[in-house]
Amino acid sequence: MSMHTNPRVFWQSRRVQEQLTSLLVLLIALSGSTLVLLPFFWMLSTSLKQAGEVYLSPPIWFPNPPQWGNYIQAVTRVPFHLYAWNTSVIVTLVTVGTLLSCSISAYGFARLAAPGKNIIFMLLLSTLMLPGAVTLVPTYLLFNALGWVNSYLPLTVPAFFGNAFFIFLLRQFYLTIPRELEEAATIDGASVYQIWWHIMMPLSYPVLATVVVFTFVGTYNDFFTPLIYLSDESKRTIAVALSYFQGSPRIGPQMHLLMAAVTISILPPLILFVAAQRYFVRGIVMTGIKG
Amino acid sequence: METQTSSPQLATGRLGRSTSRKRRSEAIHAYIFMSPAILGLLLFTLGPMAASLLLSFTEYNIITDPEWIGIDNYVELFNDRLFWQSLRVSAIYSIVSVPLGLSVALALAILLNHKMRGMLIFRSVYYLPTVISGVGVAMLWRWLFNGDFGLINVLLRRVGIQGPNWLFDANWALAALIIASLWGIGGTMLIFLAGLQGIPQELYEAAEIDGAGRWRQFRSITLPMISHVTFFNLVLGVIGALQVFTDAYVMTGGGPNNATLFLSVYLYRHAFQFLHFGYAAAVAWILFLIVLALTLLVFKSSPLWVYYESERPGRNA
Repeated sequence: MSMHTNPRVFWQSRRVQEQLTSLLVLLIALSGSTLVLLPFFWMLSTSLKQAGEVYLSPPIWFPNPPQWGNYIQAVTRVPFHLYAWNTSVIVTLVTVGTLLSCSISAYGFARLAAPGKNIIFMLLLSTLMLPGAVTLVPTYLLFNALGWVNSYLPLTVPAFFGNAFFIFLLRQFYLTIPRELEEAATIDGASVYQIWWHIMMPLSYPVLATVVVFTFVGTYNDFFTPLIYLSDESKRTIAVALSYFQGSPRIGPQMHLLMAAVTISILPPLILFVAAQRYFVRGIVMTGIKG
Repeated sequence: METQTSSPQLATGRLGRSTSRKRRSEAIHAYIFMSPAILGLLLFTLGPMAASLLLSFTEYNIITDPEWIGIDNYVELFNDRLFWQSLRVSAIYSIVSVPLGLSVALALAILLNHKMRGMLIFRSVYYLPTVISGVGVAMLWRWLFNGDFGLINVLLRRVGIQGPNWLFDANWALAALIIASLWGIGGTMLIFLAGLQGIPQELYEAAEIDGAGRWRQFRSITLPMISHVTFFNLVLGVIGALQVFTDAYVMTGGGPNNATLFLSVYLYRHAFQFLHFGYAAAVAWILFLIVLALTLLVFKSSPLWVYYESERPGRNA
């Protein structure tokens, strides 16, 4: 571009043009963000209103004084601590199960030779495209026959049997680790199991963190599985309990309490996202690019 | 993968046997390592799939034994007006929400790919809703779509439009669900963004020297260079759209007047409310066949519009 006939004018106009583009980009990005964040603002605003202020037109945007007590009511009118505890138990078990089963399977797929391995791996990957509905009914009937319905087993046991998406993610990562480490360990007399546990697991910490954040969010937000398997009110998770709030005589149509409950319910994944953002991004980017 | 075995070929039988023993022991370890995945595949995917197919030819309500009724479930399905309604709802939703979602996600990704300070913050903001999806978000949307006091109609009223009673209006309920789905395109956007960042900058510089405008660069460089990412997002988007459940169940329950009776809601009702397990299995298999057909269609059509670096033809735009 240095060959241009009138470099100075060209440079200037180009500079102005770039700045204008940046300004435009900024404006669009800002208005997009406003659209994305507006629902959150509306949720917070509603959650801090008095009952009488909710159904007003035009609305009150900034309730004064804010009713912080709504949050206390939202968690005390229903046994919220119980739902939180149930959810934590399920999320913890599912996360541990997913981590162990996926990393151990992924190591097998990445490093050890066995007849039929590639076919099994392709079969596993193709299940990513399988709609969950196809296996739903027989799986439910199986758990019912085992007497597991209305317990946490149907929600947690499958996690110990791998997850195609995470196995893929971990396998891709293991493939990038140089073999020398494992070879050295083998010479020192380490078994493949020791190599997996003492070398691969610590090395894959960043990918395991990605698995943890996605498992946490997926399990925490899961509505369908606890909905069909858990019937006792005392066993409900936060997601299921929340779905009963709107029709519940205790909270009922009281939108300010419902929105306070919703706000509380989205806090755990929100905090996790703020704290571990790069692990979310890494997981998504890794899968998308490989596709 | 098993190349290390070629050299001992010419050695004595003893050495060969020890290698094959080593190979066998490695294979045993491999199967032990892969066992969670293999068992999971058999117990929770292949087994249930086969069982589901068998079940779809029976009448089964858990209480009495399953009764073989041949293709009666499928005949009943094809004669059920609500089944066709649910197909229609899922089809409209997919046909509108997937291309719309992909376009908006791509536009946002292009926007955020602009080299500028602070772009990371916008990326987080746009991705945020996907992290907190689920029941809470569906409840929030119910309130946002409230006909009299919801934020959306409040804002529309500001600009002089009287918005519909979204979720309670059979003409608008599905549109409302599509609008709500746009809130969750952050993941798709991030995948596009990663794809955009993989495009060599020289291509644009060369195009600029050749005098290609922005639109021309977008069409001749950006779109082909990210077509494999688009492909990935399209497959995932279609599969996801055909399985929407939580939003429909929480926001509308399939109503009003079955306007949002998604295939998954129809299946849920038959399985867990009417205990028609055989019938529900038939619905599930039809859903599976539809997903399979669409996925194959996307795969088969991909050579027409997906551009792979390794097959780059001699000429270049």
